[in-house]
Parts: sequence; C-alpha cells; structure tokens
Amino acid sequence: MFDTLSSRLDDIFTRLRSRGRLSEKQIDEVLREIRLALLEADVSLRVVKAFVKDVRERAERAEIHKSLTPAQQVIKLVHAALIDVLGHEAAGLEVTSTPPRVVLMAGLQGSGKTTASAKLALLLKGQGRKPLLAACDLRRPAAIRQLALLGDQAGVPVHTEEAGADAVAVAGHALKYAREEGFTDVVVDTAGRMNVDAELMAELGRVADAVQPTETLLVCDAMTGQDAVNVAEAFMEEVDVTGVVLTKLDGDARGGAALSMSYVTGRPIKFAGVGEKLSDLEPFHPDRMASRILGMGDVLTLIEKAESAFDQAEAKTMEEKLRKAEFTFEDFLSQMQALKKMGPMSQVLGMLPGMSKLPVGDARVDEQLPKIEAMIRSMTLRERNNPQLINGSRRRRIAAGSGTTVQDVNQLVKQFGQVRKMVKALSGGKRMRLPGGMKLPPGMGT
Amino acid sequence: MDALVYVIVVVAIIAVAGGIFLYTRRGGPEAPPRPREEVEAPSVEAPEEAVEEPAVEDAPTITEPALPPVEVVRPSLRDRLKRSRKFLSDRLADALHGAPDDETWEDVEAALIQADIGVATATRIVDDLRGVARERRITHAEEVRGLLADELVSLFEVERDRALNFAPENPTVWLVVGVNGTGKTTTIGKLSADLGNRGRTVALAAADTFRAAADEQLGVWAERTGATLVKHQPGADPGAVAFDAYKHARARNVDVLIVDTAGRLHTKTPLMDELSKVRRVIEKEGVVHEALLVIDATAGQNGLVQAKEFAEAAGVTGVVLTKLDGTAKGGIALAIEETLGIPIKLIGVGETTEDLEPFDPKTFIDALLA
Repeated sequence: MFDTLSSRLDDIFTRLRSRGRLSEKQIDEVLREIRLALLEADVSLRVVKAFVKDVRERAERAEIHKSLTPAQQVIKLVHAALIDVLGHEAAGLEVTSTPPRVVLMAGLQGSGKTTASAKLALLLKGQGRKPLLAACDLRRPAAIRQLALLGDQAGVPVHTEEAGADAVAVAGHALKYAREEGFTDVVVDTAGRMNVDAELMAELGRVADAVQPTETLLVCDAMTGQDAVNVAEAFMEEVDVTGVVLTKLDGDARGGAALSMSYVTGRPIKFAGVGEKLSDLEPFHPDRMASRILGMGDVLTLIEKAESAFDQAEAKTMEEKLRKAEFTFEDFLSQMQALKKMGPMSQVLGMLPGMSKLPVGDARVDEQLPKIEAMIRSMTLRERNNPQLINGSRRRRIAAGSGTTVQDVNQLVKQFGQVRKMVKALSGGKRMRLPGGMKLPPGMGT
Repeated sequence: MDALVYVIVVVAIIAVAGGIFLYTRRGGPEAPPRPREEVEAPSVEAPEEAVEEPAVEDAPTITEPALPPVEVVRPSLRDRLKRSRKFLSDRLADALHGAPDDETWEDVEAALIQADIGVATATRIVDDLRGVARERRITHAEEVRGLLADELVSLFEVERDRALNFAPENPTVWLVVGVNGTGKTTTIGKLSADLGNRGRTVALAAADTFRAAADEQLGVWAERTGATLVKHQPGADPGAVAFDAYKHARARNVDVLIVDTAGRLHTKTPLMDELSKVRRVIEKEGVVHEALLVIDATAGQNGLVQAKEFAEAAGVTGVVLTKLDGTAKGGIALAIEETLGIPIKLIGVGETTEDLEPFDPKTFIDALLA
C-alpha cells in the first residue's frame, strides 16, 4: 500500500516544475490519494475528512522541493500530522496520590479485555507494583474462570465472586479488599458490551461510579473498521475514557481504528497487545503506528532491534562485503547469530514494508534457521569462504554431516549466490524506497 | 546511513532463509505444526468426570448433559436491528431528496464506505448507479434507494443455497473457526440450542485448548442446551480432541458434532497449520460438512484477508456474521462473498440463543437501507 501511495504521489509530482508551493490542483490530487489510503487502512470516514482538512492546510503552507522527492516530503507531512493525532510519545498510566490506582477496562465483546487485563497486571507486577485483578465480567460463561486462570499464570491475585453477583458490588468489594491488603493497583475486567446496549452501558457507568477509576481504558481490536468512531463516542458518553488499549496488533490489519479512537476520544493509546503470551503487552508507539497506517512497515522497530543485536562496525563491514559480493557463508553464519537475537524471524519480517505479503513472511522460516546453520557448520572453513568450491561430492558430505538432503544443500548454495548477486545490484539499478530514503533491493518489497 | 546497513543485512539473511523455506514448502516433507508458547503451563487439576480410558494418555472428558436449558431473557430482536440500520438509513434519508446531484452520490458513497464495504467497491457501486440514473433519467433522489438496493442485492448470489449442510448419515460435523474474539463459542451455543430445539442430539468438541477456560465456557453452553461436551486437558492437541469427539459422536449416534477451535490470527502460520490438521484428523474417519468462519461485523478491511487465509487453511464453506446488533454494518461480509465466493449463511443479532438467523440477502439489504 505504501508503495502504491508513494508511486501515485510520484505520478502527481512528475508535473511539478521546480520548487515552491503546490498548486491547488496538485493538492487536491494528493489529498484524494491520502484519503483513499486512510480509508483502506480502516480509518473512519469522519476522521478521514477532518484529518485531510488538516493536511490540506499543512500542504498549502509547505514548500515542496522537486529535487528532494516530493512524494516523500508529502508522506512525511502526513506522517507528522498522524503523529499529532496519535500523540508524540508513549503515554503511561496516570499516578494517583491515594492508592490503590484503579484501572477500569471497558470495551465491546471480543475486543480482548480479559486478556489485556491480565497482561496489564503482569506488566505492573514487573514494574515492582502489587496489582489485584477484579473479575467483574459476570455475563460471559466462564469469564471469571478465564481471568482466574490468567491471574494464576501471571502470578497476580484475582478477586472473584460467584456468578449471579452484581458487577458493581464485586468491583466495590475488590477495591475494599485491595485497600485492606495494601495492593497498589486494581485492574477491573468488565463484561463486553455493545455500545447500543443502554442497560449494560449504564451498568458500566455504575461500576465506574463505585470504584472511581484513575484510568478507564477502552479496549479496541486493531482490526476494527468504520464502527470505531461510534464505539468510542458511546463509551465516552458513559464513562470518562482516559486511554485506549489497542489489541491484536500482531495481525496484519493496518489499524486505522487507532487514529479514529485517538481522534474521537482525544485520549492517548497507552498500550498495544502484540501477541498471545501474557508478556505481549507493550507501550504504544505513535510514530510506528503512523507508519503502519500508511502501510510503511514498522522500520523503526526493526532498526531499533537491529541496533541492539548487531555490532555497528561489524554490520558496516558486512554491508560493504555484501555490496561487493564478497559475502561468505562464514559472514552469513555470524550475522545469522546476531539476527536471532532480534526475535523470531517471522516477526522481524513483519516489520519490513510489504514483507507480510511475501511467502517468506511465514513463521516456518524460523524452523529453517537451525537447518541452515547445521549445513553451514558442516562445511569446512575453506568451503565457507569460497562457496564456489562446493561441488557434488562436497554437497553429499555436507548433507550427510548436517542431516539434510543434497537438494537442501543445492538450494542453500543457489539461494546464497542469488542473494549475493541481488545485493550487489544495489549499488546501481532500480531500488525500492523505504521511508527516510532507505532503499531495498528490487523484488524484496511490494 | 546506518539504518540502511542493518536493513540490508537483515534482508540478505532472510532472503537466503526464505528461499530455502520456499523450496521446502513445495517439495519437502510437511512441517509439523508448532505448539503455542505459553508463559507457563497452566496448573489445572484433572477434570473430575474423566472417563476411564487408561490406554489413551489424554483421556477425553465427556460430560453428559445434566441440567435443563437455562431460561434466558429475550430482548426485542426488531429493536436491535433497528438500531443497527438506523445510522445508514438516516444518512441516506438526508442524502436522498430532490434531484440527485454530486452531493447525493457523495453521500451514498460515504454511507457505503461507513458500512465497511470498502472504498473500491463503494466507488464502483456509485459509478454504476450514476450511469443507471442518467440512463433512466431519474429525477428524484429517493428513487436512488431502490437502485442501490438492487445493486447491493446483485452482489450476492440470491438463489444460492445458504442452509447448513447435514450428513445423510450421522454424525454431521461442523467446524467453527475465526480470529480471536469474533464470537465462535457463543455462535456454537446458539447453534446447539437451535439444533436441540429441533430435537437433534448435539455434541460439542472443546478443541480450543489454548485460551484459559475456553472449555468451561463451552461447557456452560453444553449444559444450557443439553449437548454433550467432549474435552481434554488444557493445552492438549486440538486435533486429538476433535478426533475423540468424532469417535464419540459416531459411537453414540449423535446427530451433529460442532467443533470449537481456538481463535487465531490468520497471520500465524503454525496456528493456521494446526487448524488444517484439526480438519484432516476428522477427515481420517469422517467428513467435515461445514467449516464456518465467524466474522465480527465490526471488522474492517482486514476481514477479507482473514477470510482468504481461513478458507485456505480450513476449507471454509460459509460465513457467520456476528454482532450485527451493534452499530457496525458488516459490509466486509459482502466483500467476502463477492470476492471469495464464500456464502454468508448466518447472522448473529444478539446475545440470546434465538439471536442467530439465517442470512437472506434481500432482507439484509432491506434492513440496511430501510
């Protein structure tokens, strides 16, 4: 998507003369593309309209230089506008002068409240706090049991009462218990409710009145479509939403709902659910979300992870070797070790723009790594440094030594040669653009 | 630029690994699905009513129905649907007066986009309508409503058989799949209640062995609807649960076996493989008569990708569109049917057991535009 937005913008700018302000017609064309991109990312139409208006004002003021890839400049401008809505930095939980801090979790059915509650409790526990979970979803069958089990896994106590009790009362008892026992935080899980269900929405209001939450977090599924604005408005009407938790961000939805939610509530997105493990709750990064909504991949996270995993000087040498096609299996092995530190390969892949659509964006890539490692380790040092030496009999030996087949070895050697050539082609030829002017070899994007 | 260096190195390594992978997937042996990682093994005591079967390590627990169905308060279905359609119809009512002009068409397009139909489809529909309106010299915007309804209905195959598929001989097997939180278990509860009301015997297989207390949630539904529950320990192999449940259903001559599966994001290949395996395992002995994909009406454009992936992994035969009782329109289901040819079979319009309705394109569109 980013590639299409980028190339569509490029088309518009081929008609741009030299430097200066954009003509009204150009701005119109640009805005149409941006509107389309945002709608395709599931940003609610009303929010898109307001947002595009804001971008128009910025575009009218901006000086666009033809020499500096005008499309990139406009995308940068849109990116900045997105961050202005999403917030400039990760926002944490408010502190309270009178503990315990009460965090009320609210949202539609199936948005992930119970899981998010347990994850948040684990996160707080990791920060050295003493959280209590309160199971106030008395409607869904076995919801109490689910929270109890998750609390067990997280090592966080859970306040539960029998089904049939009243959610307001349970929340009140949990708070009382937390005060007596010196808990620092109470995370209150509530039943999922439709934003149009007046009775249940009122119940949520009563729970909030009873526990006077420091934070009321609206839990929202990242895959939500146009309805996000309606949901946000309805919950805002009933309770004082102080922040949003965006769940299921580990899928491939572009997550336009994040923008809709921030826009309507005017509150920051505080956390993002990024996996099925209880530790998979992260502070929300507005800049990364902005890139994601524009379909630019999460390059910032990738770079951050890479920086901590790779030795900088070494990576630099490696890149030079790659460019000159002097990259050997030995180098490959050492870089592979570093890459492993960045986490599962499938996750790393997901951060690259456009990669999620490639078949290599598959978790089983991870399972190939040990196999590749075994094959390389079965090569002699000379073979590793001179891949062209690896002939038929050597291949048989390597296959036997690594417990793989000759076909596997063939494939590795072949693929390795291709990648060497491909990366060498980087110094010239057509390249794929990444935000910030970075480039990838052709064929690796889109 | 330093960042560039990292990206190049990462890409090079991935390219080599990826290439190998591509080869393996085409020609190599099938990789076994990987179990999910968990923070720690959940400490759950053995289920009490476990049937004695020392030969099997993961002895299935089969709970026979004990209690009569619980009385549930029934809210007004009509009211709920009214809320759902109000938004779109208000918008159209505003747009559709006087002679159709640019603004009319823009409003119609906006209404469609807000129903999650997707920009491309919405634009195409509006362009078509404009042409038709010009051709037929339509002067009243109100007439556009009828055109729009026809156009939307025409996106569906109206005559299509949308009934759920039953086996000529017991047991009928329905597999229920979807991403997390769409309402799979609730839908199964509703299906089970409906079947029970028609005098059919039902078994529910708790093949969601991942989510905490998922089997208990299903168990509550089994109890309420008088169905038999087949379950294993949490964390057990979902394929094994499905297999045992199938054998149970066949041995007891159960009419319908409904297999609940864990919610999974369609991007997680090992989990999608696990789902394929559940299907294959049942097919060793029997037939899967329906693989129902549960889609949440609030889902945006990602719903189409979900449907595509689930169709590939589990051979989806029909869509259940849930949560239509909210403000969301579920337009993505239309895109799924149109693009992938998977029929919408049922809609969920509320929380009680009666709130699962057969899908009818005309009624659905009429409700949206009324």
